[in-house]
Amino acid sequence: MTQTPAAASPPIIPEQRHVTWAVTLQVSWAGIKRRFFRSLITMSGVVLAIAFLTYMQVMNDIVKSLILANDVVLNAMLQKAGVDIYAADSSDRMMILLIILSLMACLVGIINSMLMSVTERIKEIGTLKCLGALDGFIIRSYFIESSLQGVAGTVLGCILGLIVALAAATSNYHGYVMKCFPWLSATGSLVISLLIGTLLSVVAAILPAYLAAKKQPVDAMRVEE
Amino acid sequence: MSISEDIIIKASGVTKVYQLGAEAVHALRGISLEVRRGEYLSILGPSGSGKSTFFNMVGGLDRPTEGNVVVDGYCLQELNQKQLAWVRCHKMGYIFQSFNLIQTMTALENVSIPRIFAGETPAQAREAAAEILTVVGLGHRLTHLPSQVSGGQQQRIAIARALVNRPSIILADEPTGNLDLRTGEEIINLLGEMKEKFGITVITATHDMKMLSASDTVVWIKDGRADRVARKGEFEVSIGTIDGKTLA
Repeated sequence: MTQTPAAASPPIIPEQRHVTWAVTLQVSWAGIKRRFFRSLITMSGVVLAIAFLTYMQVMNDIVKSLILANDVVLNAMLQKAGVDIYAADSSDRMMILLIILSLMACLVGIINSMLMSVTERIKEIGTLKCLGALDGFIIRSYFIESSLQGVAGTVLGCILGLIVALAAATSNYHGYVMKCFPWLSATGSLVISLLIGTLLSVVAAILPAYLAAKKQPVDAMRVEE
Repeated sequence: MSISEDIIIKASGVTKVYQLGAEAVHALRGISLEVRRGEYLSILGPSGSGKSTFFNMVGGLDRPTEGNVVVDGYCLQELNQKQLAWVRCHKMGYIFQSFNLIQTMTALENVSIPRIFAGETPAQAREAAAEILTVVGLGHRLTHLPSQVSGGQQQRIAIARALVNRPSIILADEPTGNLDLRTGEEIINLLGEMKEKFGITVITATHDMKMLSASDTVVWIKDGRADRVARKGEFEVSIGTIDGKTLA
């Protein structure tokens, strides 16, 4: 009754503001938590690939440091295990190729499972857009989900790889492993594994997140087949 | 001025043409319609009539090929993505046939989403959500997941979610389509109550008879045109037919 505006100018329409990363995390957390089993399966690919990478690196570090020890008994053990102790670099081209292949399989695995989750959630994404979600919110929540899975999987993979490498080395070289354990280079290897795993899962999220954000609000009306 | 302020939705000459291969499909052939503030409007029509297309235009979910839709003073065609998202968030509440609740979120979390999109902190949003859930009669189901409550209760959660930002318009697409007779009736009554309580305009796409008797205005859409508009009292509701028209 009294709210008649003085001027008949068209109203200025505000733009919807972005939801912060922190709040997006809080909103997506419920889904990540309750889809935990599913996440575990997605994660297992990352865990195995990163475990393999970590194992290869740490094993290489250990062998190098054992060669440097230049102990007679140890050299015999190394030769028995098939290590060429006179080679300058003991890293094997074949192994590098295998590592790259396993990382690529892992990347494709994450992309595939994230794409599946986009298809499954078309209706949900449409609904969120009806409720006022911007593309950015959808992108952020997919990124958060994928990177959390990736980081968790990477940490588990590093631990697994380290344990397996230590066990394998100890069974071959016994007490020598701990005696001349290459703390510095092994730590460096773990950091490299962590970085590669995290990077991989973030890169894998790009395409699915983009495709998810391109879904339209009208997709909320979709009838399930 | 005073008359135009009473009109909350004004659709003028809305057409929609889809390109299906080489063929152009005319889903809407020019619909003009005015909806008064606080009205309960039902859109009726068989599938393929353009009912859903028109409903989506009014809801800002789809853009017309020609013509325009003005909602609460905002011409939807002139808005950019972010403005449209703002209008959806603050001015409209959506209710769906299949409820469309986020399955991994509790009732409280579901209802708090629109508040969070409007810029509130999750804690503030949950407070408002709890309040409106109590209004729709679900104060005792706050921490339940959608899968843990009945269909009628799920639709109540959805109604709470649609209301939580105090919109001017509620858009309900077949809100009783997935519910049994009695529950459907309860949902219609609840929508009517909320309409009165918050002074909201309700627009439904439906072919539910019970819905018609609650409507102030009924629009029949046929072959992409508004075939007939009837105000309350101008249409008779009887079983099977409405005012002599059989429903397809």
